Amino acid sequence: MQNFAFHRPKSLSEAVSALKQADEGKLLSGGQSLIPVMKLNLAAPSDLVCISSLDELRGIRTEAGRLIIGAATTHGEVDASAEVKTAIPALADLAAGIGDPQVRNRGTLGGSIAHNDPAADYPAAVVALDGEIATDRRTIKAEAFFSGMFETALDDDEIIVAVSFAVPDRAAYAKFPNPASRFAVVGVMVAQHKSGTRVAVVGAGANVFRATDMEKALDGSFDPSALDGVAVSADELTTDLQASAQYRAHLVTVMAKRAVAACG
Amino acid sequence: MANQGIGASVKRKEDLRFITGRGRYTDDISVPGQLHAHVVRSPYAHAAITAIDTSEAKNAPGVVAVFTGADMAADNVGSLPCGWLIHSKDGSPMVEPPYPPLVADRAKHVGDNVALVIAETRQQAAQAGQLVAENIEYDELPAIVSTAGAAADGAPQVHSEAANNTCYDWELGDKAATDAAFASAHHVTTLDVVQNRLVPNAIEPRACLAEYDPATGDYTLHLTSQNPHVIRLLMSAFVLGIPEHKLRIVAPDVGGGFGSKIFPYAEEAMLLWAAGKLGRAIKWTAERSESFMTDRHGRDHVTRVELALAKDGAFVGLRVATIANLGAYLSAFGSSIPTYLYGTLLAGCYTTPAVYVEVRAVFTNTAPVDAYRGAGRPEAAFLLERVVDVAAREMGIDPVEIRRKNFIPEDAFPYQTPVALEYDSGNYHATLDLALEKSDYAGFETRRDAARQRGKLRGIGVSTYVEACGIAPSSVAGALGARAGLYESAQVRVHPTGSVTVYTGSHSHGQGHETTFAQLVHESLGVPVDQVEVVHGDTSKVAFGMGTYGSRSLAVGGVALHNALQKVIAKGKKIAAHMLEASDADIEFAENSFAVTGTDRSMAFADIAFAAYVPHNFPHDQLEPGLDETAFYDPKNFTFPAGCHVVEVEIDPDTGAVEVVNVTVSDDVGRVINPMIVDGQIHGGLAQGIGQALFEDCQYDPESGQLLTGSYMNYTMPRAADLPFYNVGNHVTLCRHNALGVKGVGEVGSIGVPPAVINAIVDALAHLGVTHIDMPATPERVWRAIRDAQAAKA
Repeated sequence: MQNFAFHRPKSLSEAVSALKQADEGKLLSGGQSLIPVMKLNLAAPSDLVCISSLDELRGIRTEAGRLIIGAATTHGEVDASAEVKTAIPALADLAAGIGDPQVRNRGTLGGSIAHNDPAADYPAAVVALDGEIATDRRTIKAEAFFSGMFETALDDDEIIVAVSFAVPDRAAYAKFPNPASRFAVVGVMVAQHKSGTRVAVVGAGANVFRATDMEKALDGSFDPSALDGVAVSADELTTDLQASAQYRAHLVTVMAKRAVAACG
Repeated sequence: MANQGIGASVKRKEDLRFITGRGRYTDDISVPGQLHAHVVRSPYAHAAITAIDTSEAKNAPGVVAVFTGADMAADNVGSLPCGWLIHSKDGSPMVEPPYPPLVADRAKHVGDNVALVIAETRQQAAQAGQLVAENIEYDELPAIVSTAGAAADGAPQVHSEAANNTCYDWELGDKAATDAAFASAHHVTTLDVVQNRLVPNAIEPRACLAEYDPATGDYTLHLTSQNPHVIRLLMSAFVLGIPEHKLRIVAPDVGGGFGSKIFPYAEEAMLLWAAGKLGRAIKWTAERSESFMTDRHGRDHVTRVELALAKDGAFVGLRVATIANLGAYLSAFGSSIPTYLYGTLLAGCYTTPAVYVEVRAVFTNTAPVDAYRGAGRPEAAFLLERVVDVAAREMGIDPVEIRRKNFIPEDAFPYQTPVALEYDSGNYHATLDLALEKSDYAGFETRRDAARQRGKLRGIGVSTYVEACGIAPSSVAGALGARAGLYESAQVRVHPTGSVTVYTGSHSHGQGHETTFAQLVHESLGVPVDQVEVVHGDTSKVAFGMGTYGSRSLAVGGVALHNALQKVIAKGKKIAAHMLEASDADIEFAENSFAVTGTDRSMAFADIAFAAYVPHNFPHDQLEPGLDETAFYDPKNFTFPAGCHVVEVEIDPDTGAVEVVNVTVSDDVGRVINPMIVDGQIHGGLAQGIGQALFEDCQYDPESGQLLTGSYMNYTMPRAADLPFYNVGNHVTLCRHNALGVKGVGEVGSIGVPPAVINAIVDALAHLGVTHIDMPATPERVWRAIRDAQAAKA
């Protein structure tokens, strides 16, 4: 790890200006992704701007049919939140399955989606729950936000403030974890909204995506059997040490069915 | 006082410091003025080093020195030695390419040591290391990592002196008799098996702290070792030439080894050498990624096994052809693991009359491979217990019955196998019966049906293994090529007030010797265990020792201790005879007291100890003061733990995920000193065995030779939640050739359980047409096996 300057701004505006002034600045929230890559010398930021304790980035509330969660909320806090469990229990379940207790007590919602690891769990929820990402300067719709593997629509000096999720009629997340890292080999969030069903998939490809054939099938009949024979193509999916694209494609259907079943 | 002797589950004396964070590990030790080392490692699996410019790094902040392989070569630093000479079929000795601590011109695996940076702080050393790395010119060469492909013509050559990357081509057993058995066999079962490569993953990374005192010329090396005296001998005699009396090696608390800390490592040699050159202490502690890259790995075989059977299921012959991956260099015991710790176990528990094994050991551009928990025996047990199961299915014989039919019967011991070993004792039917009973084997089909109702495929698998441990018998080991005889030493120093310090050449790095050995003292002398200190791991305190590996501590070191204790008692009797004015022959020792037979005259052990050190009028020509005895013990034979492991799994047919739901074991580890510690050893071994069967798999990229599983992000260790509660039982038959009747327990879990897991998985899937699955049985592998079997049926 290389030396860096450490900033702990007292407000969102201070954080933005610290980031703007830095040579190669990085935001630090829970540090669960950034610190490991810095330890491996794969990233060597000149400045770290720590935003994990900014009041503007904290808090969980329900407003007009949407659940709004501050970007610096840890996975553990989401998992434990009565507000989340009431509004979208599937989101609390998803948070409870991220990494391990140490990761959940440090890692944050904003950090996870800003990093956009293709195997992270949260992007599935943000997409399936028609998420809107509020930043210090604008609001970005979920599908515009996740632009590619480890890429988002965020500007270099833009800070996520909160994420708003549509409260669905019912939803569930089913994940087949990587046995080593507990990241998703495949994770599928199924959410039934008044406007239609959304099926969002993480782990399987380079970026979160919606399984639109499955959404159509479930709009016809919201039952696991509706997904019999409905599969995503393996062509665009990931092959790595843990799983081939073919196996991942198979798992997407299995996990989607399980999520539908878990919706009750 | 509660019983503290043999058979008592005395709580581990060492645990208070471990669980309260007061263990003292190598990295906890610092000395004033110490420097820090960083090793610059090869990023390539195979590359010529064409230039190294260290000038920029030498000028970096805090840097004291930067050394390269050329510097060490200029000082005539030797090669890391191999301790076991293997001969090929044709009688030629194995090929032994040099293993320089720092390479001079060619890197042979990812992580190979290319330069050493010494700086005032660890951070400065690492940052200067980056500057060195940026100023090395490599000419990348084709790499070979494949075990099966290494000996092929045209494969990239790791060492110019080893044609076809072959170190040796070894054989054991009677080939002609085996071929004849196959020729007349009723049935032959053939199976190809892969022994997956494992990374040891001790919780404490390797570390060392080297000191040199220019005033006295004394060197001290603190390090993470299972084997401090042997490290001293090898460093002194073969690598660095430091006089042995000027080199002190200390292995303090060590956080797990599993074999990986037996061997001398390059970093230890580099730091000692550099400390001498600089006249300052230097510390190095591995990063976890360095542990993955540079700790000795385990296993990594590909094997074809053939079992010949008579019509009634009797085994008539076994033929095994193995390619064993040694990695890039010959490690200290690397040559012996796939030969004499493997081929010699291929009779298993069975009366197979003809066994022939051939092993081609190959070099590859991977980390050196050596002993890892089980070391050769898991490889043997896996292929045997798999091929027996496959043969049973092919012939329509129950897998338990085929084992019973072929077991060496209890009355046949001592039993000479066709592969060099003579088993002294065992009762394989008894351990099998116990495991079947404890696992409710007979009731399994009910559980299978219940699982099916839940959509799960449940299977049950059995393995009946035997292993050889207590590695020592110096004559046997020597005859088989060991370059050193093996034995163990123990010294019992009774203090004037009757407390005892034991000095043992065994080394505890998790095994609980401080408790078990104290229990042996209590058993013999009656001294409470809290009055016994067990000292190990320091060459300045313990006379000599061969260390701990191969489940040898109790079977060799414990017996040495027992013998020293008997010498203490004999000496105590002489003192008592003098004090009580009786003849030596009339003194009895029992219950912590020396008594004159048939009288009420006696003296407590502590009083005799006191008399020994503050003597009055000892007869000078007959009785020396002092009560301090040493024994060296060289056993007659290996010991042969054996047992039966029964595993039940449930498989999710949609995903292929395997859950281990029941593990029942019945092991014969000889006499048990501390049942709680023995259970703990079995539990740990089972976790690692299940880890090999289901999770762990060290992989290198076949083209680039890069280590793909270099962290816990993609190398899967078993976690507590992956494992069931174990149902552990034992059936004791005593070792016939040591005074304690003990055998050894450290490795039985990792030897016995992997084939039981795979047998259970195949049992769950057999109705679909699955006949074999390689380790680790990952979800995708299981899913594919199901799919492929169904496709083949259709």
